[in-house]
Amino acid sequence: MSDKPFRILPRVTPENEHFWCGGGEGELRFLRCQSCTTWIHPPAPLCPACESRDLAPEPVSGTAQLVTYTENHQPWIPGFPLPYLIAIVEFPEQKGLRLTTNLVHCDVDSIAIGMPLRVVFEEADEGIYLPLFEPAEI
Amino acid sequence: MGSEILERRAAISGIGQSEYGRRMERDPLALTADACLAAIEDAGLRRQDIDGLSTYPGAGIQGAPGFTGAGVSEVQEMLRLDLDWFCGGPELPGQLGAVINACAAVATGLARHVLCFRTVWESTAQGKGRRAGIGTGGGGSFRASGIMEWTLPFGAASAACWIAMMAQRHFHEYGTTREQLAQIALNARRNAGLNPKAIYRDPMSLEDYFAARMITTPFCLFDCDVPVDGSTAFIVSSLEAARDLRRPPVRVEAVGSALHGRPSWDQFDDLTTMAARDAAKMMWSRTDLRPADVDVAQLYDGFSFITLSWLEALGFCGVGEGGPFIEGGQRIALEGEIPVNTHGGQLSAGRLHGFGFLHEACVQLWGEGGERQVPGDPQVAIAAAGGGPLGGCLLVTRS
Repeated sequence: MSDKPFRILPRVTPENEHFWCGGGEGELRFLRCQSCTTWIHPPAPLCPACESRDLAPEPVSGTAQLVTYTENHQPWIPGFPLPYLIAIVEFPEQKGLRLTTNLVHCDVDSIAIGMPLRVVFEEADEGIYLPLFEPAEI
Repeated sequence: MGSEILERRAAISGIGQSEYGRRMERDPLALTADACLAAIEDAGLRRQDIDGLSTYPGAGIQGAPGFTGAGVSEVQEMLRLDLDWFCGGPELPGQLGAVINACAAVATGLARHVLCFRTVWESTAQGKGRRAGIGTGGGGSFRASGIMEWTLPFGAASAACWIAMMAQRHFHEYGTTREQLAQIALNARRNAGLNPKAIYRDPMSLEDYFAARMITTPFCLFDCDVPVDGSTAFIVSSLEAARDLRRPPVRVEAVGSALHGRPSWDQFDDLTTMAARDAAKMMWSRTDLRPADVDVAQLYDGFSFITLSWLEALGFCGVGEGGPFIEGGQRIALEGEIPVNTHGGQLSAGRLHGFGFLHEACVQLWGEGGERQVPGDPQVAIAAAGGGPLGGCLLVTRS
């Protein structure tokens, strides 16, 4: 537990609980339109493609591709060990379905934009599991 | 173009700026008073003539400490203004969205003379420590929500991190290098050396740039702007009213306020450009002028990469060609084909947050740049502000 950084946690609501707490069951979940199958993130009350309100959380496979990243050296948040890797990843389930996250178990010199990644969950307080990403080939 | 371009009924009739600097420990409302009264006087108006008021981001928003120094109500109360129209808020096409709003107000007759202001006191508010992240001061019980819900839990607590990832993606797609990007910072520093009000005026070399500590790759310290305390103000008047005033009006030729992609730092379709692309395209669709007609460009540099992004978006070079375009720095220098950030930008002159660029555009069009005046009697200028999903721009002319 001691190797975990201090994190500012999200405010969990009924609308986002599937995302922040799904890791407890090993699943990365996004909202999905049950009418036209569009994935929706961040959560919304309405499908942006077909305006259906019949939306439900579904798991994605947890694989992703690295879109971009930064190695942060600045202590914006006290207690967050430096440096750390921030990344935007995109999921194969839908073009443009992305997350801002952290890259872990990854040497900065081995990073290549486009590299395959997979989700790992970091357990935080309050039933929250943060979806982080590591190289798919470790 | 079939219909009238209504923003051409608007003009900038006066500008004002407080003293600005690092940790001034001055009341931000007092700085605001200095800028506002200077702008009113500059236009040859009196307080009683002001019937509109506009600002970004206004009071009551959560940002980094010192992000907002005065809101609409405080300024109306302080100056005892009788207002027919007013507006203040953060949900605008960039900081200059407050000025674009004012143009719309005078063009539609809701006001004749709108006082626009933007005050920051980030340097004093953030003290002597390192630069603050957004929303990180709430203590152990604080929980991230809104757009910060998706970034803060991962330590992405600053636009520095978000824009750095845009830059990294640009590097990846187009082969842009840190050596090229450095020219934005070096150009700003050269120009700041000629601006007596600029914060950092000592010469900077490429070696100095590469020796600076890393903030968030690919950004080093010199890719990030310098927080200051200060206030900038404009009077946006109806062109008809401006013609009778002290100065030759700076006319508004066209504005760009579009955002067609998703309003998100990580879900936007093309992470190498964002709002600048849409705002610039809209602006050019509203004028017969072309990039080659522009004599001077003041392009937001909260982070160096944003200037490069605006250069591409505005068509000074092709998409993805910003790196080679700024390489060596000659094209964007004072004597170059398109002088950029002639006051030193936010990187070296100081982070007056968007409004400094339009201020400098007017200074150059009025020929009052002193040592940093662009040669050749500039007639056409661009002021563009904002990065990521925030962006707005104005094309302004002297004649």
